[in-house]
Amino acid sequence: MNDKSKSTTPTAPSPEVSSAHRKPSAREQAWEKNTLQPTLDKNPERQAEFTTISGHPIRRLYTPADLPDWNAERDLGFPGDPPYTRGIHSTMHRGRLWTMRQFAGFGTAEDTNQRFRYLLAQGQTGLSTAFDLPTLMGYDSDHGLSEGEVGKCGVAISSLADMEVLFDKIPLANVTTSMTINSPAAVIWAMYLAVAEKQGADWKKLSGTLQNDILKEYIAQKEYIYPPEPSMRLVVDTFEFGVKNTPKFNPISISGYHIREAGSTAIQELAFTLRDGLEYVEWGMRRGLDVDQFVPQLSFFFNAHSDFFEEIAKYRAARRIWHKAMVERYGSKNPRAWALRFHTQTAGCSLTAQQPYNNVVRTAIQALAAVLGGTQSLHTNSLDEAWALPTEFAATIALRTQQIIAHETGVTNTVDPLGGSYFVEALTNEVESGAWEYIRKIDAMGGMVAAIERSYPQREIAEASYRYQMALDKKEKIMVGVNDFVSEEKHLDILQIDETVAHRQAERLTKLRVERSNDGVARRLNALRTAAKSADNLMPFIFDAVKSYATLGEICDALRDVFGTYEEVAIT
Amino acid sequence: MPEKKIRVLIAKPGLDGHDRGAKIIARALRDAGMEVIYTGLRQTPEMIASAAVQEDVDVIGLSILSGAHNTICPQLMALLREKGMNDVTVLVGGIIPEADIAPLKKSGIAEIFLPGTSTQDIIEFIHKRITR
Repeated sequence: MNDKSKSTTPTAPSPEVSSAHRKPSAREQAWEKNTLQPTLDKNPERQAEFTTISGHPIRRLYTPADLPDWNAERDLGFPGDPPYTRGIHSTMHRGRLWTMRQFAGFGTAEDTNQRFRYLLAQGQTGLSTAFDLPTLMGYDSDHGLSEGEVGKCGVAISSLADMEVLFDKIPLANVTTSMTINSPAAVIWAMYLAVAEKQGADWKKLSGTLQNDILKEYIAQKEYIYPPEPSMRLVVDTFEFGVKNTPKFNPISISGYHIREAGSTAIQELAFTLRDGLEYVEWGMRRGLDVDQFVPQLSFFFNAHSDFFEEIAKYRAARRIWHKAMVERYGSKNPRAWALRFHTQTAGCSLTAQQPYNNVVRTAIQALAAVLGGTQSLHTNSLDEAWALPTEFAATIALRTQQIIAHETGVTNTVDPLGGSYFVEALTNEVESGAWEYIRKIDAMGGMVAAIERSYPQREIAEASYRYQMALDKKEKIMVGVNDFVSEEKHLDILQIDETVAHRQAERLTKLRVERSNDGVARRLNALRTAAKSADNLMPFIFDAVKSYATLGEICDALRDVFGTYEEVAIT
Repeated sequence: MPEKKIRVLIAKPGLDGHDRGAKIIARALRDAGMEVIYTGLRQTPEMIASAAVQEDVDVIGLSILSGAHNTICPQLMALLREKGMNDVTVLVGGIIPEADIAPLKKSGIAEIFLPGTSTQDIIEFIHKRITR
């Protein structure tokens, strides 16, 4: 239904295959004739065509003929130097390992605080907070629509009082914290800054990341509240506030992760994410922010799916595209704005409910791709996550997986060990040019907000996701334990969320509403409403409201009053 | 005379926005010749029950990944009974822990499809169940 825009929607760019202008050497031609052909005549290959998990065609063999115009100095360069194909630091993981940052959150703030402290004690080097669905949607735990969802997919945070418990005995001056929150990101960030202030931590030294990427919510994850325009204004408010007050904090993590989880191809993930990034840069510039000042604080977040080389090519291409765009589109003069920094999470959608211990293997291989692709930080999924949030046992194995890659495999001994591989370089080129094609298409539509409003990225992803499902149903693609190699299941102990969480949260909210100054809250919410109607930066107003213990729901409602809410055009 | 098409309501209840599965199922059932209505996101049990009555569907397919199934499903089943929709087949797809499957089926859910189910299995189930 609602298929009106279909006729005007451009089709996906076809992936560029390197064979078009291929000129094999005499030696290669002789090999094809004398060595290869007799083999093929006797033993045909297993498939007529080999493709990545995204359906991108892959050749039998890559040789110098696949890199005809390739120039190592120009296209590969050196790590820490443009175009950053080999990584953004000169010593990469020899100098400093990536941050091992396991996403965690469930139940009440007390429950998650305990898990955080356990993970830090196990050698994790950064925190990452998962919020429950009511929090992500800007509803308090005692709202009618929160019924059945409190504490289930993450931690329930309804006010500063909850946030104080969440980070109890965790010194925010010394730990980097990532917070996966989008539509209400400014509110949750204000709560975090208020806790830091209470702990006596200097905001200028605080380091961490707010996800705050509303564009990918419209595209893929669908946890939006307000329409795109006011949502983008809130995002730019956080940029502006961050530049002045928290220079080491990333106010955004521009995320391809969810786009990929929604079923996109690797090229779509890359293209839509970077085009989202360009959209944020342009909105920031329109506010009058200086590219060279605010862009260094923008960070990225990619998926690590199962197709090993395609993923590595994606990360390498991402850095190259970002550098080119910053220099050529925006005339950036600051190298810190050119270098794309990213977090990676292994692919949740690749995990199987069947034979769940196999997920440890999948995750390890995906994590290895992220490391070889030069990630700055990494989350590895737990084996039980196709069933539930992870148990402590499963989460520990996931963290140990990273530690094994870091300390036992030797892959960190040299920078970009795959650089110069004919295959990896050719695939990096193809992924890059496929992404540029999408970026140009979205430019032609008038940018990403305009493209989202005509459901372009949503439709492209839905098509790719359906194609992949059909390939699984026809066994053209194999998922071990799902459509092949099926075997008897063993029972798995999973995390059960205590059903009393919602009651405990509701009691805490009732108490809060009695104990705080409700006049003070009402005054600050009114000030926020008034500011929302003006062009003022809303962060100071949100911060004031948060400190008066106005709840998340109350603050988001004040903004709903002014901004209204968004309903998508559902496509199927 | 052409056979009357099987009518299916695909619904995404609760606050979760992960609609990859719901959209794939909607399209696969449509490709299999069924009449599919997709509710879109964040539907309450009341909205789903009303849509089911209004659209006079044979099947309701709920996509739930968020862990809210034990709250949503019994509410929906009660509402359907209230509205006299005793014959509608209610299916659930998504992340449902093993321990919850039997109680959900007891509450009237006809079948639960876990991650990894092929669209063909769901189509066959519906065809067997809804005989015309």
